[in-house]
Amino acid sequence: MNKQEYTITVYTENQVGLLNRIAIIFSRRKINIESLNVSPSESESIHRFTIVINETEEVVRKLCRQIEKQVEVLKAYYNTNEEIIWQEMALYKVPTDIIAEKVKVERLLHQHGARAVVIRKDYTIFETTGHREETEGLIKALEPYGLIEFVRSARVAIIKASNGFHEKLKEFEQKEPGEELIENEFLDKQEEVFTM
Amino acid sequence: METLEITEEKKSITAIQNISGSEAVLKAMIAENVKTIFGYPGGAIMPIYDALYDYQQELNHILVRHEQGAIHAAQGFARSSGKVGVVFATSGPGATNLVTGLADAMIDSTPLVCITGQVFAHLLGTDAFQETDVVNITTPVTKWNYQITDANEIPHVLAKAFYIAKTGRPGPVLIDITKNAQIQKFDYTGYTKCEHIRSYRPKPIIRKEYIQQAAQLINEAKKPFVIFGQGVILGKAEKEFKNFIEKGGLPAAWTILGMSAIATDHPLAVGMLGMHGNYGPNVLTNECDVLIAIGMRFDDRVTGRLDKYAKQAKIIHLDIDPSEIDKNVKTTVPVWGDCKETLPLLTQLIEKKEHTDWLNKFNAFTQKEIDAVIHEELNPSTDILTMGEVIKTVNELTNGNAIIVTDVGQHQMVACRYAKYNQSRSNITSGGLGTMGFALPAAIGAKFGAPERTVVAVIGDGGFQMTIQELGTVMQSKIDIKILILNNEFLGMVRQWQELFNDRRYSFVDITSPDFVQVAKGYYIDGQRISKREELNDAVNKMLQHKGSYLLEVMVGKENNVFPMVPQGCSVSEIRLR
Repeated sequence: MNKQEYTITVYTENQVGLLNRIAIIFSRRKINIESLNVSPSESESIHRFTIVINETEEVVRKLCRQIEKQVEVLKAYYNTNEEIIWQEMALYKVPTDIIAEKVKVERLLHQHGARAVVIRKDYTIFETTGHREETEGLIKALEPYGLIEFVRSARVAIIKASNGFHEKLKEFEQKEPGEELIENEFLDKQEEVFTM
Repeated sequence: METLEITEEKKSITAIQNISGSEAVLKAMIAENVKTIFGYPGGAIMPIYDALYDYQQELNHILVRHEQGAIHAAQGFARSSGKVGVVFATSGPGATNLVTGLADAMIDSTPLVCITGQVFAHLLGTDAFQETDVVNITTPVTKWNYQITDANEIPHVLAKAFYIAKTGRPGPVLIDITKNAQIQKFDYTGYTKCEHIRSYRPKPIIRKEYIQQAAQLINEAKKPFVIFGQGVILGKAEKEFKNFIEKGGLPAAWTILGMSAIATDHPLAVGMLGMHGNYGPNVLTNECDVLIAIGMRFDDRVTGRLDKYAKQAKIIHLDIDPSEIDKNVKTTVPVWGDCKETLPLLTQLIEKKEHTDWLNKFNAFTQKEIDAVIHEELNPSTDILTMGEVIKTVNELTNGNAIIVTDVGQHQMVACRYAKYNQSRSNITSGGLGTMGFALPAAIGAKFGAPERTVVAVIGDGGFQMTIQELGTVMQSKIDIKILILNNEFLGMVRQWQELFNDRRYSFVDITSPDFVQVAKGYYIDGQRISKREELNDAVNKMLQHKGSYLLEVMVGKENNVFPMVPQGCSVSEIRLR
């Protein structure tokens, strides 16, 4: 099996220390996390981790099971890039005088789907959102004009096939999953269903 | 984030009391039916110990000599009793001394609740005296851990701690409580046991279609082979397991931790798996057609080389922990669930059978092993005592009814190979982590967990010196354990490997020992040392009959090896008899 980029989506309780518990699952196996984002989710009080790694599917599946095993984790999913919609955001700081003098700013921003967030006498900050190629494209465009600072956010991703977590959360809140639930919901989903 | 669900009807209407966090900790212990606590006081846990002064009737606190001793004792207690072991320790070094035991309990799935004191909340992160980041240090070696900084959290966090420790696949939980929370008075409204945490499903849903598929594979099998681990004992499913193998006529072999789940002389019991396990179970793993793994995790010491492990067989894996399925060995049919529930379902669907020819094959291998190894080990032709004949003598004089606690190394393998057991929870050893120094404190705990049973701690001369200070605990608690030192004047297992794989370059395995009998005497524990066969029976008998603890040191062959052996990197069928 070949390594490829996988996005892991983890629904969790909001608990101090959980980030560490999840992070060490990767570091223990000497797996580098390419990108990590923690944010609220569609369900109130439930947090959502988005983790990107480069690994084989087998490794990713095992990692997800280890993540789900943590007491405060409700669910872990993994997806290939085709199965998700994802974005990263980047900020660029450039010297205002050079940019204003040498670049057709409007055209540049338009080309890269970017916008100016701050324009000051000494520096200007652009922002763009998109895939890796897009945020990197603007770096290349700005480098000749003295890019002062660059930063890119972690990936955030939405799973195309997901119906969100509201219904799932209701299941978790039940003490015993009902018989109906077992028969209808979980048959033939060996790969997807770990704890439930 | 509150994740604890409180059932309305269970909420007892108690008058609100204004009590300290420390007292709430002890009330939680009593509510969870804890009777015995292993611990060691210190600055940051003093408020809890102060409260304990008034609870000495309800809670029996055993003062150990080192926190590692406390946690191994709690492990021994949990393993012999099936209950949660409880440890108290202070912050900083007290807490870090627990780490080995936590790792041991984690890998061997032992339910523990450890309470550590912590510096005042306002001092966290200031490098205060005896401050360590215990929660982060222990995260990889606990099933769950949590820091309490407000006394109001104590009742429900401890309820969660006990629930998590003992349900599902059990494991150690650590709760770190800052000193201010221990002192703080708060309105205590009673203790409610935890029954549900929404993010935690201790038992996976049993999926009937897999039970059916598994039963079909078993019914079609010509050479089915059951391998079982501690899951059978942890699930208290010994009876269900016995019914299952007896109905299917299924030969069954145990992992080191599964041992004693069925009587060692059961006709279907074919021995121990693994590196120093029995000949038949190892070789025939690579000959069976259906391998039924129950409550075990395919440790590398069991499987040997994975790419040559049971490749011909269809594999059924019963486990409560879904992350174990397919972790090391690819499963044909996964049966998720508590084996106490899944085994009866499976038993119902399998046909009553006897696999006589197949079972005879195991017996033939047993005979080969007897001829090549076992006979000489148990009836040596030289004057030099072997570890095996000492264990045999213990078997004979205890009728297989003792709890045998072993340390780690050659004596452990020999004890596990030759000990006879009639009842479950009789074999207590550090399996996954291989912690030398485990046996003495674990034996103390095991005796507290099963006071009516004889507890024999079998320990090597190396491991004994790692936690020898716990003789002080034996002395002070007046506990009755039998300490059997098998002294080969070497760090024997490492020496064996150096002999076999490093051209006998004995690098730092030549360990000298104090006069153990004199050391024991210093702790007012009687004992004797023997080195002759004719003394053996009387000496073991004297040890077992002695009122109170006793130390028997047996001088055994210096350079004896444990065989059979699956050398590292080899397949289980390449097991060596010599």
